[in-house]
Amino acid sequence: METIFTGRVWKFGDKISTDLMVPGSYVLARRDLDRREAALYCMRANRPDWASQVRPGDILIAGRNFGCGSSRNGSEPLKALGITAVIVESVARIHLRNAVNTGLPTLVCPGILDLAEEGQTVRVDIASGSVRNLDTGATLDGDRWEADSPPYQILMAGGFMPFFKARLREAGLIPDGEPQGTRP
Amino acid sequence: MGMTIAEKILAAHAGKAAVKPGDYVWCKVDATSGHLLGALERTGLDQVWDPDRVYLVEDHLAPPPTVEAANAATELRRLVKKYGIKHFYEFGRGGILHQLFPENGMMAPGELIAMGDSHSTSGGVFNACVTNANIDSLYILAFGELWFRVPSSVKVIVDGQLPSWCVGKDVILEIAGQLGTDFGLYKSIEYTGTAVRQMTLAQRWTIANMGVEVGAKFALFEYDDKVGEWLEGRVGRPYTPVAADDDAEYEEVHRFDVTGLEPMVAFPHDPGNVHPASAAQAENIRIDQAFLGSCTNARQEDLEVAARVMKGRKVADGVRMLVSPASQEVYRDALKAGWLEVLADAGCLVEHSTCGPCFGGHLGVLGDGETCISSSNRNFQGRMGSASAQVYLASPATVAASAIAGHIVDPRDYLS
Repeated sequence: METIFTGRVWKFGDKISTDLMVPGSYVLARRDLDRREAALYCMRANRPDWASQVRPGDILIAGRNFGCGSSRNGSEPLKALGITAVIVESVARIHLRNAVNTGLPTLVCPGILDLAEEGQTVRVDIASGSVRNLDTGATLDGDRWEADSPPYQILMAGGFMPFFKARLREAGLIPDGEPQGTRP
Repeated sequence: MGMTIAEKILAAHAGKAAVKPGDYVWCKVDATSGHLLGALERTGLDQVWDPDRVYLVEDHLAPPPTVEAANAATELRRLVKKYGIKHFYEFGRGGILHQLFPENGMMAPGELIAMGDSHSTSGGVFNACVTNANIDSLYILAFGELWFRVPSSVKVIVDGQLPSWCVGKDVILEIAGQLGTDFGLYKSIEYTGTAVRQMTLAQRWTIANMGVEVGAKFALFEYDDKVGEWLEGRVGRPYTPVAADDDAEYEEVHRFDVTGLEPMVAFPHDPGNVHPASAAQAENIRIDQAFLGSCTNARQEDLEVAARVMKGRKVADGVRMLVSPASQEVYRDALKAGWLEVLADAGCLVEHSTCGPCFGGHLGVLGDGETCISSSNRNFQGRMGSASAQVYLASPATVAASAIAGHIVDPRDYLS
């Protein structure tokens, strides 16, 4: 998986809950939505028109405790909308783990809200943790994953499912070759 | 160097003499949930590592409100048979997982469990490391192990004399209000102190449950006789309680004294936006709905105190009150004790055990502009339905008293 992403910035504040990303009443209570349909409800309560404006390659930056609350996977709609990287002041544990497992790079980078304004372009290197605002030239260093840590290995494998299936094959629990399923 | 409870439990499950915060470890896991068996099947794997250590219930869409949900429940039943899952609970014999699974012996002191749903921190009340795993619960289902990052630990000491009306909800709201909803981010919180020792198991359970509301990975309590007595007859296997070493290292230590605490209420849209119930009463906040339910506050003593508040009284005009016991066991106990009859006589709608209203799924979703007081755990915007609904969080007594008054009140006047 690539580690450098450049994109247009969307900016959110503190405590963006997973209830905002995956609203229970509109998504969890229904089982008939595909990923794209579900993603269009993302942030509908706090920013009604946002989901339809996201373009593939955009980057989301946000404040403290991003993804607080429910264990619903908020990274799934973000990825489905085309967000390629998320940079936050701090992140909730469950959300970070879901992000890693979804293969959506989510970098903790204190000071990010002061580094970039909405609509500017930033470049982020997940491997080094560095972020650069290409409009202003300002830079910032975020947390760096340890390269041999399980979450970084899972992220680089493209998410949990490819990582898991490789382990199942290594253990001889499923046959070599094409995996039967591609979706979690 | 001594170790905290979380460090000891993770080290023991990683087969290491010691671990420290920041370490990544692969741990043997004692149990998990089977909510993603369908995803496991799609990998081609036809067995789970231990069918006796996998628990499964449909509690969120229980019973199914749509054809799609009904078909999903049917699919789960098929997977339960295919994988030989021993602990599956049908509608009418189930409940909310965080209540139901421990009732059926899933967790014991010293154990490490990762399972579906964010409120898994609830299990910390049993002196066990219990936390959430979503898609990576498949790794446990296949191999009986999972990776963990060892969290730093924070100690919260709750001292003082617990007021007679005061329950765990008032205490955790006070803590969230004072320290903020991210003071426990990615950390293990250990609760201790003289007031904690006075608390009933159910009161501590609420605090552990809302551990995730202050960011925690684990929300741990020490072992005592109250834990042992509750587990008696539920857990047959041997277990070993875990205490922190005297020289264990804590990143932070916070102290509270609950002696003068007032009943507390979290205002919209944040569990940390906390004010005394008396302040809410002064604002005359009218309510449309009162909800007594969820994995946070719908246990026996929660229903008992609501019945005490509501006995001989009526839910106010213009207000509806929904009651959903945390499990079928709680429901049956409340039925036998007569609490459900008191609540029904007061005009409450007594539902079965379900997660439905808490996450805005069904059985009590809020409409545009409505206001609800709830014994549940979250009041984020849109959590219980409409984005313009307002949700206030409080103890069962405050919820019940407010339903009678028609607006949010300090419950102490109703607890004669």
